[in-house]
Amino acid sequence: MGSLGETLLTCRDLTMSYGDHVVFEHVDFEVKAGERLCIVGENGAGKSTLVKGLLGLMRPTSGAIEWKEGRGHARIGYLPQRTAARDDFPASVREVILSGCLGTCGMRPWYTHEQRERAASTMSLLDIDDLSGETFCSLSGGQRQRVLLARAMCAADGLLLLDEPTASLDPMATKGLYELLRDLNESHGLTEIMVSHDIGPATEQATSILHLAGDRSFFGTPESYRASAAGRLFAEGGRP
Amino acid sequence: MMAIICRILSYPFMTNALVVGTIVSLCASMLGASLVPKRYSMIGDGLSHVGFAAVAVAYALDMTPLTVAMPVCMVTAFLLLRIHESSKVKGDAAIAVVCSAALAIGVMTVSLTTGMNTDVNSYLFGSILAMSKDDVRLSVALGLVVMVVYLLFYNRFFSLTFDEEFTRATDGHAETYKTVLALLTAAIVVLGMRMMGALLISSLIVIPTLSAMRACRRFSMVVTLGAVVSVVCFMAGVTASFALSVPTGACVVLVDLAAFCLLSLISKVMRR
Repeated sequence: MGSLGETLLTCRDLTMSYGDHVVFEHVDFEVKAGERLCIVGENGAGKSTLVKGLLGLMRPTSGAIEWKEGRGHARIGYLPQRTAARDDFPASVREVILSGCLGTCGMRPWYTHEQRERAASTMSLLDIDDLSGETFCSLSGGQRQRVLLARAMCAADGLLLLDEPTASLDPMATKGLYELLRDLNESHGLTEIMVSHDIGPATEQATSILHLAGDRSFFGTPESYRASAAGRLFAEGGRP
Repeated sequence: MMAIICRILSYPFMTNALVVGTIVSLCASMLGASLVPKRYSMIGDGLSHVGFAAVAVAYALDMTPLTVAMPVCMVTAFLLLRIHESSKVKGDAAIAVVCSAALAIGVMTVSLTTGMNTDVNSYLFGSILAMSKDDVRLSVALGLVVMVVYLLFYNRFFSLTFDEEFTRATDGHAETYKTVLALLTAAIVVLGMRMMGALLISSLIVIPTLSAMRACRRFSMVVTLGAVVSVVCFMAGVTASFALSVPTGACVVLVDLAAFCLLSLISKVMRR
């Protein structure tokens, strides 16, 4: 984890495309330790593409994604929109959360005592101790996201990347997850990059906003975003 | 019952078959626990058909069947796990194409050369008599390697099958794990093909895991129970096939199926 205010990630003149189709171009933004960046944009604006780029699953067409020296994409705590696991996948909550520690295993085949401790303390931090023996697939949507958040935190070195974490949640669970995330940021200094389709609560909590829109992307504070043409139109549901 | 078991153990070919079969069913069920929940069940089927084609070609060229089938199946397994993501022909259709194409190549090769002889037949439907001393040595050695490698990669395979994207993002070696899983599966399919037959071997991968998934909700428990069910069913199947003089492969599959039905029933009753 970096000390507060230290730049963790810088993206410069970033362009990403599938073949000839340019998804977005010339995007600049940075993330400092302790900040909460919210990435918004229409469907197809390239939010998921940017996530793939940040995770190292896809190469930028041009420009650069630069991490603070010594940390790469591998130490991001990634919370996907939904898991690929089918509904009959036999996995206990504990097994799922421990699998977040895999990135720190190196050549070791099994988890160490410290990694198990870390998984256990993350579970109590997120208040899901009592679920540890449950089957992951039998949980409600909100519980599942908490478990996947715990897995992400085991993998993370102070930085979470959340891809529309509330997409499949009901309003109560959505509210709960946003509160939990704010709490983690305030009391534990976790840096967050969150992709969101809903402009309301996500942008209210953010310290900076990145709006992806082809070649006219916006990056700045929430106040300047709301004042900008892009922000106003997006909030009203129109195209920037 | 004891008399039958004593008689079975008095034949050297039967003890060979029991040793090899136990190892193969143990390994197959462990690999199955990683393949079945990820919807890769048909890969065993595709591999065994390709294995059959390789054996037919090996006979035509007068080569040792296993030395041809093993590398061919390993390459196929590697390709099949990749077809799932990127090809124009999607997963299940691709495997169906591979299965029938391989079978066609095998049958064509056989009919143009020797005609359907007993050896090729035993690869299709399996033969308990097929185990030579060398086969046993090879199977034990390879089986132990598969088991050790599986246990070393256990946590990685779990993460890979549970959430491949997460694994790729947080651990840069997901592709390696996938390749290792493919190679282990190919090795076990080729080893088990002689006894169970190309047409039946994939059941050893799929059914015990399905049975265990009826009863267990934890991955480690599914692996453990699957292995126990697989070995017990294999023993029971071999004993029954010996006592009733029916084909071993088919008998083992039917016992596996019975265990699946039984466990499904028990879990249904328990949940009421």
